[in-house]
Parts: sequence; C-alpha cells; structure tokens
Amino acid sequence: MTKQTPLYEKHIEANAKMVDFGGWDMPLNYGSQLEEHKQVRSDAGMFDVSHMTVVDIKGDKVRDFLSRLVANDVGKLKTKGKALYTCMLNENAGVIDDLIVYYLEDDWFRLVVNAATREKDIDWLQKHVEAFDGVTVTEREDMAMIAVQGPKAREKVYAAMGEDIRKATENLKPFHSVLIGELMIASTGYTGEDGFEIILPAKAAPFTWQMLLEAEVAPIGLGARDTLRLEAGMNLYGSDMDETTTPLESGLAWTVAWEPAERNFIGRDALEKQKGKVERKLVGLVLEGKGVLRAHQKVICDQGEGEITSGSFSPTLGQSIALARVPANTSDGIEVDIRGKAVPARIVKYPFVRNGKSCL
Amino acid sequence: MSNIPGELKYSKSHEWIRINDDGSVTIGITEHAQDLMGDMVYVELPENGATLNQGDDCAVVESVKAASDVYAPIAGEILEVNDALGDAPETINSDPYGEGWIFRMNPSDSGEVDALLDANAYEELVASEG
Repeated sequence: MTKQTPLYEKHIEANAKMVDFGGWDMPLNYGSQLEEHKQVRSDAGMFDVSHMTVVDIKGDKVRDFLSRLVANDVGKLKTKGKALYTCMLNENAGVIDDLIVYYLEDDWFRLVVNAATREKDIDWLQKHVEAFDGVTVTEREDMAMIAVQGPKAREKVYAAMGEDIRKATENLKPFHSVLIGELMIASTGYTGEDGFEIILPAKAAPFTWQMLLEAEVAPIGLGARDTLRLEAGMNLYGSDMDETTTPLESGLAWTVAWEPAERNFIGRDALEKQKGKVERKLVGLVLEGKGVLRAHQKVICDQGEGEITSGSFSPTLGQSIALARVPANTSDGIEVDIRGKAVPARIVKYPFVRNGKSCL
Repeated sequence: MSNIPGELKYSKSHEWIRINDDGSVTIGITEHAQDLMGDMVYVELPENGATLNQGDDCAVVESVKAASDVYAPIAGEILEVNDALGDAPETINSDPYGEGWIFRMNPSDSGEVDALLDANAYEELVASEG
C-alpha cells in the first residue's frame, strides 16, 4: 500500500500521472515533463515534496549532537533561520543520507532528509541521540512541504500568500529561513532557480496549493524535478552517492568541514585516511555524439572505467548531460558505452545550468 | 482510452503497422506507447537496406524518462527511415500514426503480416496491461 501526501487529491484533480516513488504515490508529470521543466526555468512551478521527511531535534545539547552527527559544521549556523547542506556519514564515511539542517532556535534545529531513507535515518538519529542528555528526535508527520521555484516564484508566492509573507521573506538571502507560527519558509531548493521551500501543517497544504494555482504557479512532477536538479548539478541520494561512496568521491568535498580539527564527527577518521588519495571523483559530462546518457552506462577512459550515476536529456541545453564517477586522474577524451557503441563525451564543470542560463 | 485506428495492424510490443498499396508496410509506435514514455528527445533509426528477422530490436526511442527498443514486427528489408525524427523526435508524441512513423519495410513473409493483431485485439491487450 503506497502512502499519499496531503496533496494527493490535488494531483488527481490535475490529471497527474501518478507513480510509486519510494513507497509514496507521487505525480510523475501533469502532461508534459518538458513543458514543466521549461515552466520552472522561465516562470514559476511548484512541487509537492511532502514525501520528504521533516525531523525536529530539540534540547539544550542539540548543537553538540549535530556536530557529532553530520560532516558539515553546524557551528557555521550563527544566525537563526540559517540553513546548511550536509551529509550524514557512517563510520566508514559512507553517505547515509544528504540533508539540510535549519537553525530555528538555540534548542531547536530542523532536518529535512530524503523520503526513501526515512527509516534508516530515524534509526541512526535515535541510536546516537542517547549519548546526548535531553535531546529529542521527532519526526513531523503532521507537516507537508511545497517547493515553489523559478524566476517568478517569489512574486507569485506573495500574490498567493499575502503581504505578511512578503514582509517576512523579501529580504531572505539564499539558504535562510523564517518561522511564521507553524509555517516555515526557506530560500532553498533543488532546481538552481530562485524560490522557496515551504513547510506547513498538512491540513493547510491543499488550501495553500490552491492559492498558488490561482496565482498561476504550475504544478510540476517528479520527472521535471529530476532533470532540473541534474542541470543544476545537484546530487541525488541513491544515484550519485550512497553508503558505498564518501563525500570526497561524490563531488561533495565542499560540504565536509575539516575545521575545527577537534570536532569528531562520525566518519571523520575514515575521511582523514582517504584525504589526498581519493581514487574516484564525480564529474559532469556533456555528450558530444548522438544519444542520451543514462545512469549505469559505462564510461571508458584511458585511466580505466567509470560509470554514469545520473544522466538525462537536458531540456535547457538541448543535449544530453550526466554526472559520472570516474578514476580520479581522468582528464578528457572519454567515451560512453551506449548500447554497445562508444560515443564521445566531454568532461565539464557543473552546474550545467543556473538561473535559467547555460554555464557551459 | 487512447486512439487505436481500425485500419492498422498492431504488435504485442506496441508497434503499429500500416499495409501500403505497394505491399510495403510502414511502422511506428502506438499512441498508448508514446503516452507511457512521455516526451521524446531522441530516436535511433534502423539502417536503410538492413534485413531484419521478426522481433529484432531495430530502433530506439528515448524520452526524457527512459529508452525503449522498437522491434521489427515482421521479417523483411528496411526500405526507408523517417530522417525527420532526428531533428523532431517529439513528432512521435504529437502525431504517432502520421508524421511520427519510424520506418518502412518490405515484408519477406506475408503470413507474418496476417498474424498481427487487429485493432480490437490490441485494445484488449492495452486494457489487460492496465
């Protein structure tokens, strides 16, 4: 039995093509994935991301707990509302999940973790919280989450949600959030566009969704969510990294805080051993020949073999792009095995697209 | 219910087959198939002149979502391929039974053509696949 979000009825009303996504009945698209992709790049679209897991961590020692638990340093969160992207690692520095930490109050931090990893994440958090007196881990199943993204996202959110929301958020810098009662609005996202992620009580979600529809924010399915995040060069957990890979092998070295040196986060020892001799790296690829790059295609390079971890057609660029894990010393002149044919591809820095424009 | 023209023949792998006056057959994928796949972004066409056995994978259609093989519904020789799909793969979405045709063949065994599904049988197949 798949689970439904509080917005399930809205998706059915809009004739969405529904699919089972990690045990959730979610909209894949509402007609055309390509149109939805372009809508977000040029205007504004919204995603039901209520399947994602909101976890509240509370207690006087909440900072100590998260300092131990995640590879980025919550010490960087100095002002209330600030957000931090990080990985949560196991003892071998394998990635248990990637998540965003929000600093809401001195004794209250909020995590947003992936849907498919919900159970193991909660288990891991519960197991390690025992060492921190008075710290509690509470999953907020009573909350829903709507992401509104695109160059016109802000204006349309204000049109839908009113002047008070404008006043509270118009000066919000990227990667910050505000709490307005039970409503949390964050300037975070997974598309490479401006916009908000809104966490709100589940019972208020259908009404808010309807107001956004009336403000001409188009609903966008998971299909376009994936091509948007790939163009934005953002990793997808379970595809681009998992427990068998470390952040250093996943293009996420920037999320590991080595300083302060005395901060003993889980996975640090294993990362220290790997540092300076990482054997694999994640690179961006653009296909030069014909076809479409897809996950698990083999990458052929002089230095050995690699594998595509995420690949698709990029609607913005009009060509195929991918993330691939290749030997660390790979430079260029690589080919991808597409159904038995070696097709040339070029290694590029990613993101591929930012704020609607090509970065290539 | 998706559109299943009565004058065409069908395969179990969701190709449609039009029998032309000159005895050649034109092949594409059904409206149902293109709808399942979503927006097309790339088509790999068969080689002109290639000789195929029934069931050979001979073309690939790729949507934003996934790649899918197109099979030769009958044995025969490829007479013509729809090069226009190279620049406009989305034609398969907008006009699957018309401008979205993929290739034309000269059948080597007319018995295979007769054995293809008719529209009613194909409709039942689609219904049974849910």
